[in-house]
Amino acid sequence: MGYDFDFSVIWRYRELFLQGALMTIRITGIATGLGLLVGIVMAGLQLLKNRILSGLIQAYIEIIRNTPFLVQLFFIYFGLPALKIMIPAWQAALIALTINIGAYATEIVRAGIESISKGQIEAGRALGLSGLQIFRFVVLKPALMKVYPALTSQFILFILNSAVISVISAEELAYQAKYVASRTFRNFEIYLFITVGYLLIAQLFRVLFRLISRLIFRKAPVN
Amino acid sequence: MFALIKALQWTITLSLIAFTGGGIIGMLFTMMRIADNKILKRAAQFYISFFQGTPLLMQLFLIFFGIPIILGYDVPAIVSASLAMTFYASAYLADIWRGSIESIPRTQWEAARSLGLSWFEQFGLIILPQAVKISIPPTIGFLVQVIKNTSLTSIIGFVELTRRGQILNNVTFEPFLIFSMVGFLYFVICYPLSLYSQRLEAKLTIESL
Repeated sequence: MGYDFDFSVIWRYRELFLQGALMTIRITGIATGLGLLVGIVMAGLQLLKNRILSGLIQAYIEIIRNTPFLVQLFFIYFGLPALKIMIPAWQAALIALTINIGAYATEIVRAGIESISKGQIEAGRALGLSGLQIFRFVVLKPALMKVYPALTSQFILFILNSAVISVISAEELAYQAKYVASRTFRNFEIYLFITVGYLLIAQLFRVLFRLISRLIFRKAPVN
Repeated sequence: MFALIKALQWTITLSLIAFTGGGIIGMLFTMMRIADNKILKRAAQFYISFFQGTPLLMQLFLIFFGIPIILGYDVPAIVSASLAMTFYASAYLADIWRGSIESIPRTQWEAARSLGLSWFEQFGLIILPQAVKISIPPTIGFLVQVIKNTSLTSIIGFVELTRRGQILNNVTFEPFLIFSMVGFLYFVICYPLSLYSQRLEAKLTIESL
């Protein structure tokens, strides 16, 4: 093979990698939270049975789900400056990620809501709760509990996919990898290390999601 | 627009390579996964969880930078792109197909065995035809993922639809126009497939009631 592996570069640039990893965790963490919020609101709005509103939301979901994330990212990152809106790369990435996660979350949350039996809602109405109260107190929690495994495994996929945002030079893990690689020419070693880094980050989020589910539902999700 | 449509051909070509190659390798790993041999099972499990647990972009980079180390010379971007997408697709397809096969009730295997069929007859004549039917909707759904994810190969320099769009944008500075068109072209291909997959799935649900 005639190639000498040199993993020492990783230790030399450890601080950059750590920074990158923290940035990845921060961006994906915020985007996941916001995306879930978007999903809950959108799924709730679809319950209103307003034709135009539901149509718009459906269009949003289909467009996002049937085009690549990278193209959405470019659309926002290159598009916003054309509208004279200047924001740093990581914020553009955050917006794109949130929009993307939101579309998938809407679909999953809606499936959860549809699985709630009519009797529950009627019982809520019989108690004199308003529509919003029924949604908030009767429907939402059991619905989220039902789809929790689907939701979190989708979130893990997004966390892995977030490596893509390095392309617009948001300074997260994959970007730092590119930076160090271009200074040291140790591409293979660095990307091998970063790949393991993503495995660890995904594992971290898995543990986190399990803790959150214990906290909120007081019961382990059926995984 | 013409340049984009021409680039679209590369996106489709790469998707087809990844899907066919991934299908063949995926089939191999599906068989390993359902085999009775523990070592084969573990190996397949490891392979699948590695490719499902790491970002596709990292897999692309590892192969892109790894091939020159092994071979000693560079290969065109389409080769690394095809290889990475093939491995990636095979891991997911293997899992989808394993799920389909395992969703067939055990009693079907037992009934087939009681009829005196060999393992291959049990699998090929009884289990497989049923499993294939179940696996078609998620497989088509995954094809949409593959098509979308070929956009990542633009990052290692393969000129497909997304990369062509980027190049055009650098020249024209019309990001909304260019990336709307790029997105539209992906949508035109992916949306019918998504719809078809959903419809098949709905049909399957009705039949199983």
